[in-house]
Amino acid sequence: MSSDYEYSDNELYDEDEDEMMADEDDESASDMELDGFNDVPVKSKLKSYEVEHISLSQPQVEKLMKTDVDHISGIFGVDAEIASLLLRHFNWNKEKLIEKYMDNAAVVTTAAGITVPEKESSGSSSHRSSSSPSQSQTKILERITPPPAPNEPFVCPICCDDAPTATFNLICEHKFCTNCWNAYIESKIRTEAEHWITCMADGCSVVCPDSFIRTALKDDTSTWNRYQELLVRQFVSCNRNLKYCPYPSCTYTVSCPSGASKSALTTIIPIVTCGASASHKFCFGCNIDADHRPCICAVAKMWLQKCQDDSETANWIKSNTKECGKCQSTIEKNGGCNHMTCKKCKYEFCWVCMGPWSEHGTAWYSCNRYDEKASVDARDAQSQSRASLERYLHYYNRWANHEQSAKLSVEQHAKTERKMEEMQITSQLTWIEVQFMKKAVDEVFKCRMTLKWTYAMAYYLEKGNEKELFEDNQRDLERAVEELSELIESPIDPETISVLRQKVTDKAVYVQKRNEIVLEDTANGFQDGRWKWNVPVEGFD
Amino acid sequence: MAAVSTRRLQKELADIKNHGTPTGITLLKADDFETWYLTLEVLGESLYKGEVFALKFRFEPGYPISSPAVQFVVDDKFRAPLHPHVYSNGHICASILGTEWSPVLSVISVCITLQSMLASCKDKKRPPDNDRYVAHAPENPKKTQFVYHDDEV
Repeated sequence: MSSDYEYSDNELYDEDEDEMMADEDDESASDMELDGFNDVPVKSKLKSYEVEHISLSQPQVEKLMKTDVDHISGIFGVDAEIASLLLRHFNWNKEKLIEKYMDNAAVVTTAAGITVPEKESSGSSSHRSSSSPSQSQTKILERITPPPAPNEPFVCPICCDDAPTATFNLICEHKFCTNCWNAYIESKIRTEAEHWITCMADGCSVVCPDSFIRTALKDDTSTWNRYQELLVRQFVSCNRNLKYCPYPSCTYTVSCPSGASKSALTTIIPIVTCGASASHKFCFGCNIDADHRPCICAVAKMWLQKCQDDSETANWIKSNTKECGKCQSTIEKNGGCNHMTCKKCKYEFCWVCMGPWSEHGTAWYSCNRYDEKASVDARDAQSQSRASLERYLHYYNRWANHEQSAKLSVEQHAKTERKMEEMQITSQLTWIEVQFMKKAVDEVFKCRMTLKWTYAMAYYLEKGNEKELFEDNQRDLERAVEELSELIESPIDPETISVLRQKVTDKAVYVQKRNEIVLEDTANGFQDGRWKWNVPVEGFD
Repeated sequence: MAAVSTRRLQKELADIKNHGTPTGITLLKADDFETWYLTLEVLGESLYKGEVFALKFRFEPGYPISSPAVQFVVDDKFRAPLHPHVYSNGHICASILGTEWSPVLSVISVCITLQSMLASCKDKKRPPDNDRYVAHAPENPKKTQFVYHDDEV
C-alpha cells in the first residue's frame, strides 16, 4: 500500500464534501479523518482521563461503507452491488481484496458467490475470464425470471406449489417461488441474524445481492432495515477503530482510534459514550458496559474475574480448615481439644502438628512437636493464606459497599424526588428550586463508581509512595462523597430547603473536583508509567 | 405458513408411498404433519450391522424453511447408536440439522445423510462431552447451539 495512492484517493473525494472523511484504511488506522461530521460536538479540551471518540449514527457508518464500495467499484469497473459483496466477502479488507482480485478475478468472484463455478471448466477459459473481468461477468446477478412457460408446469421444490404466481432465481438458476424466497430470507435475517444469504439449493453458494433481497422481502421494510443493520454491524466488527454500542437495541457506532490498539490499553482507559444517550457508556477496550475508571482494562478484568470465580472460597477453606492426613477429607475445627478423630476414616491425629495422635503419649492438651519443620511450614502457609484472604476481603468489602451505596442513593433519590414534587404543590417553591438534588445524586453515583474501582486498583497496586498518594486521594474523595450522601438523606422541609440547597450544591461541586483529581492523577500516572503492580499485569513487564 | 409445511409434507409422504424409501429406511409412523417416525438401518459391512434405530422428526409450521427437529428415539425398544456425534439421549450433532440446513432437503435426504454418517463411522463411542450435555440438554435438540465438531463424519 503506497501513500501516494492513498493521497490521490483522498483528493478524489475532496470534491465532494460529504464523502471527505471516509478514507480510513486498516493499516494506518489512527488517522481517520472525521471532518465530515458536523453534529458532533468539538471537544476542545479533553481531560487527561478522557479519550477522543466520535459517535456515528447508522447512516453515517453507511456512508463510510459506501465510500469503500464506490472505491472498489471504480477500480474494478463493477456495479456497486458487486463491489459491496466482494468487500463483505473479504471482511472489508480492501488491500487483500484488490490483491486477490487482480490476481484472479474469476476465482474471487466464484468464491464470493457472485458467479457460478464453471462446470468442468477448461483451464484456458477460466484464465481468459480473469484477464477481462468486467465484460464477461456483467451477466452476473441477474434475477427474477418470468413465470415458466405454460407447457412445462413448474412445481416449487420447497412448498410444492404447482402453480406459483412468480418465481425468482439467482444466477445459479435454482428456481423457487417468491413466497418461499420471502420466508427463507426473512427467517435468515430475523432468526439467524445472517447478512450473507446464499441460494436455497443444497450446497449452492451463490449469494443474494441486496437488490434481490429487497425485491424478495416485498414491502417488509422492518426486515429490510434489520438487514441493513446487520450489514453495518459486520462492517463495524471488521474495523478495529469502530465498535458497536453494546446497549440493547442501540444502533450507534463509536469510533475511537486511540483505544483500538491493545498496547494503548496499558496507558489509557477508553471509556466512550455513544450518541444515542449519555448513559450509553462503555469501555472501547474491553467492552464492559460500564465506566471502570481509574482501573485499566487488564486490572479491571483480573479483579472481576477474582470476584467471580471461587478462588476466594478456596482461600477460605485453606485458611480455616486442614486435611485429614490419611483420607484428605477437609476438616474445620470449631472447638475442642487438639486430639482429632476424622469422622470419615477414624484416623486420630493432632490438630497442631497434624501427626498421628499415637505418638503424642500423654501430652493430651499440648503438642510438644509444635516446632518441627513440617508443622512450621504448614503453619506459615496457613497464616499466609489467612492474611491474603483478609487483605482481599478488605478491598472487596469496600468495593461491594460502594456499589450497594450507589444503588441505595438512587433509591433514596426517588423517594426524595417524590417528596419534593409534593412540596412544589404545597409550598411556594418552583420546579427549578427543587431540582438541585438530582444533580447531587448523579454526582454521588458517579463518584461511588470511581471509588469502587479505586479499591480494585489499590488491591493490585504495589506498596510504596505512589500507592500511598493514590490512597490519600481515594480517602479525600471517599470522605467528601460520604458527606454529600449524608446531606442528600437529610430531611427536607420548606423552611430549611434554601440552606440545604446551598450546602448540597457546594458539596457537590467539591466532590466533583475530588473525583476529577483522582481520575486525572491516575490517568497521568498511567501515561508516565508511574503505577507498579504487585502481580503480573497483561501488557506490563 | 402452516399450509406450506402441510403441503410440502403431503408431497413428501406421497413420494414415499409412490416410490418407496431407500434401502434401510422405512416409514414407521406418519399420522399427522407434526411428528414422524422412521427406522434406520445401515446395510452392508459397518460397525452397526444388525442394529435398527428409530428417528423422530418434529416439524414446525415454518418447515421446510426452518429445519426439522431430528433425534434418535430412546425408549424400551430403541437405543441411540453409539457414535461420536450422537448423544445417549438421542440428540444428534450434525450441521445439516442446524446451520447447514437447506429448505430443499427433505425427511428422506436427512435419513440418507444420517445413514451415511453411521456407515462411515470407524470408532463406536459417545461424544466426549456426553455426560455433561445429557445432564443439561433441552428436550428439543433444536434449542441446542451445537458447535459442529468436524465436518468429516
